[in-house]
Amino acid sequence: MRKVAQWGNDLYTGKRSYAFVDKRMLWFAIAGVLLIASILVPVVKGGFNLGIDFRGGSEFTVSSVADPDVSIGEEAVLGVVDAEGLRVTELTGDSVRVQTDRMSDDETLAVAEALSEAYSVTSEEVTSTYIGPTWGEDVSRQALIGLVVFVVLVAVLMAIYFRTWKMSLAAIIGLMVVVVVTAGIYAVTGFEVTPSAIIGFLTILSYALYDTVVVFDKIRENTADFEEQRERTFGEQVNLAINQTLVRSINTSVVAILPIGSILFIGAFLLGAGTLRDLALALFVGVIVGTLATLYIQAPLYAHLRAKDPKILSHTAEVMSQRESRLA
Amino acid sequence: MSSTSPVRHARRALIWLCVLTVGLLGILIAGVSSGQAQTTPKLALDLEGGTQMILAPRVDGNESINDEQLQQAVEIIRQRVDGSGVSEAEISTQSGRNVVVSLPGTPDAQTRELIQASANMEFRPVIMAGSYGATPEAERLADEELPEPSGEPENASDTNWITPELYREFEAFDCEAALQERSIEAADPEQPTITCDPEMMVKYIVGPVEVDGDRIADANYGPARNSQGFQTGGWAVQLSFDSTGASEFREVTSRLVTLQGAQNQFAIMLDGLVVSAPTANAVIPDGNAEITGNFTEESAQQLAEQLKYGALPISFDIQSEQQISATLGANQLQMGLIAGVIGLVLVAVYSLFQYRTLGLVTLASLVVAGILTYLALVLLGWSANYRLSLAGIAGIVVAIGLTADSFIVYFERIRDELRDGRNLVSAVETGWLRARRTIIASKAVNLLASVVLYVMAVGNVRGFAFTLGLTAIADLIVVFLFTHPVLQLLARTKFFASGHKLSGLDPSLLGVQPLYQGAGRVRGLGSAAARGSDGSSSRAAGDAGGRLTIAERRRAAAAESAKEDDHA
Repeated sequence: MRKVAQWGNDLYTGKRSYAFVDKRMLWFAIAGVLLIASILVPVVKGGFNLGIDFRGGSEFTVSSVADPDVSIGEEAVLGVVDAEGLRVTELTGDSVRVQTDRMSDDETLAVAEALSEAYSVTSEEVTSTYIGPTWGEDVSRQALIGLVVFVVLVAVLMAIYFRTWKMSLAAIIGLMVVVVVTAGIYAVTGFEVTPSAIIGFLTILSYALYDTVVVFDKIRENTADFEEQRERTFGEQVNLAINQTLVRSINTSVVAILPIGSILFIGAFLLGAGTLRDLALALFVGVIVGTLATLYIQAPLYAHLRAKDPKILSHTAEVMSQRESRLA
Repeated sequence: MSSTSPVRHARRALIWLCVLTVGLLGILIAGVSSGQAQTTPKLALDLEGGTQMILAPRVDGNESINDEQLQQAVEIIRQRVDGSGVSEAEISTQSGRNVVVSLPGTPDAQTRELIQASANMEFRPVIMAGSYGATPEAERLADEELPEPSGEPENASDTNWITPELYREFEAFDCEAALQERSIEAADPEQPTITCDPEMMVKYIVGPVEVDGDRIADANYGPARNSQGFQTGGWAVQLSFDSTGASEFREVTSRLVTLQGAQNQFAIMLDGLVVSAPTANAVIPDGNAEITGNFTEESAQQLAEQLKYGALPISFDIQSEQQISATLGANQLQMGLIAGVIGLVLVAVYSLFQYRTLGLVTLASLVVAGILTYLALVLLGWSANYRLSLAGIAGIVVAIGLTADSFIVYFERIRDELRDGRNLVSAVETGWLRARRTIIASKAVNLLASVVLYVMAVGNVRGFAFTLGLTAIADLIVVFLFTHPVLQLLARTKFFASGHKLSGLDPSLLGVQPLYQGAGRVRGLGSAAARGSDGSSSRAAGDAGGRLTIAERRRAAAAESAKEDDHA
């Protein structure tokens, strides 16, 4: 605690400082590499691991089974219908998931019955889901519309609130990096992309911008009358703001991650695949990427966008000359 | 008096919070005691068990379905589901395109087909009418008396359609039982069929289809008028056909007016059941018919709507269908709640670690936010039939972190103000002025995202967006009416004001001391330390003083004097 507080104090006073702005070209280069990788990987790997919602098909979940042996399920299904694209997976210790290509209603009922018999559970324990092949596309299209609408609205909101479109622009560019890199992480790890995950993506946008707004607010405060002092350049003022909000950024991310992590844990280990896990996984990845993006991309990018402003150029020159004369 | 104003403000805010909470609670208690509300939120199907189907209308190519059509489609499906005896079904539209059907339990294949099928309206001439139930064995015709067709039927009303087998079937047909088993379906349009009119309690043998339902251009209802144009006090249903329908209908009516008895009637059938079987009084040449009879306003309206659906031959594709067993739902609910509790505990532990006693304020604020959210969920369940889904619970759990964040923003602000050398009382006030703005701005982003998500999202993840937005509002209320006032009051306690080591606001921890050991806070503008190149404490102290920009100092002074004005 004492160490953390001391560290926080040092960050606040500027005694300790991380060069978010000074080394921005390095961060941008890293981000660029990540962006390219995030675009290339899915292309090379042949796309994402799309969930059943995008492929279309039938899914059964058998819960509370005594012996989650995959072959029992395979035999049971094949004994009833000639199911194509059959995939049986053990979800958790006591449940099994069966996925197949699209089946007719009669087949679905027959398979559900066969599964409950094979695993000797009541029919109550068998959950079936049927998903049409266009469902996932529908969700994605809506998500894309949602993304565009949200970005436009929030860009306007931020431009009005901060009274500078450059902050808005920096925030939105950073947001795109978050989205693409998160998608890239999904492609690399082969996490399943489901409609829930896509909605999770959209929520990340909200979180990433929320985080950015808090940091930008401090930047705005620090740079509001930057010309009235000769202590720091505009860029240094921005950097100080990032450092001063660093403790908050860390605390916020930790506090945001904790509940998401607990959903992820419960969702992945106790419930198996489903809404909870997919949502939480996207959020988990996104919150981390979003926090880093605010620190390393969005805030430095704002300083970068403004660096060529005549007012800032002359102010920076003045600060530098004063500093040199003092050192001399 | 200068220190009492914030106290008064704090008390007032807390009283408002009490009023709000008690008010919501009062409404709920009133609802519960009148038996209309329940004390827990209503649960969605994924938690309660049941089946959810998302249906997309099947449309050709570029055709799209408009709002009114979709509403009518929902109405048709509702009638079918209700008719099939499933209680508590919920049918709604989604994103202006899809229809969501939620049913408790698992529907059988028949219900499923019923829901998916297009509304099938057809006009068939009546050939024979009979009693609603099966004819008693004793009264049935002897084999030799059975009607024998004398040749090929000449038109749809021809009794030659009735074969001995059809007649036997007609005698044995029990409408009551058939409705129970829902075994009446749309039959082959080229063939005669047996059907029932549940309204009039009659069963019919009807001929082949003569006019298709989609020939109906429009249908309306209104007060019936006699030939002089005076209202007769009854109700009438007007329907009009398109040009093809008009000529087909002219043919039918010109034949029917010449026939006697039941054969004078034509049956209007929807999904295989007769909704009305009016007699033809005259030839209808122009396709504008009026049906009169023993209509009440309600039954006239119902028939008019049913006729309109006939013009709406939409069938649906099941886009996704989910069956959740009740045990799985209960299990998911339990897991969701456990995730919430774990999340809450972790956040509490972390806050206590980071902010010591202030962490308790976080925890208390979260609890208040939780109570408000719970009340809102229950009341929305009652007033707007809102149902909490698993995704909704996920939204609430995620919101724990987002809600705690507003406190962190505020606490860090207070710490910053303390570092600048303010005393706690004024740090709480000036910190609030700045944190408030940040909190509002960032929550606005959150709310915007929830609204966009809610409007755009398809599937059950809508619940996620909803609770996320709801908790953002609860968070704002709590920060304004609870967290800030509580801190205003706590700042005056000795424990906090003296900067007790466990208060989380210990000045020695926050680097306030060195500041005072220096030459005052507007002193020495050491610049090298600004870039972190120097670790000496005196430099740091000097720098801390220099950290306040002129503008900041000016603003702080303005805030101070504004406060003084407040108190005056």
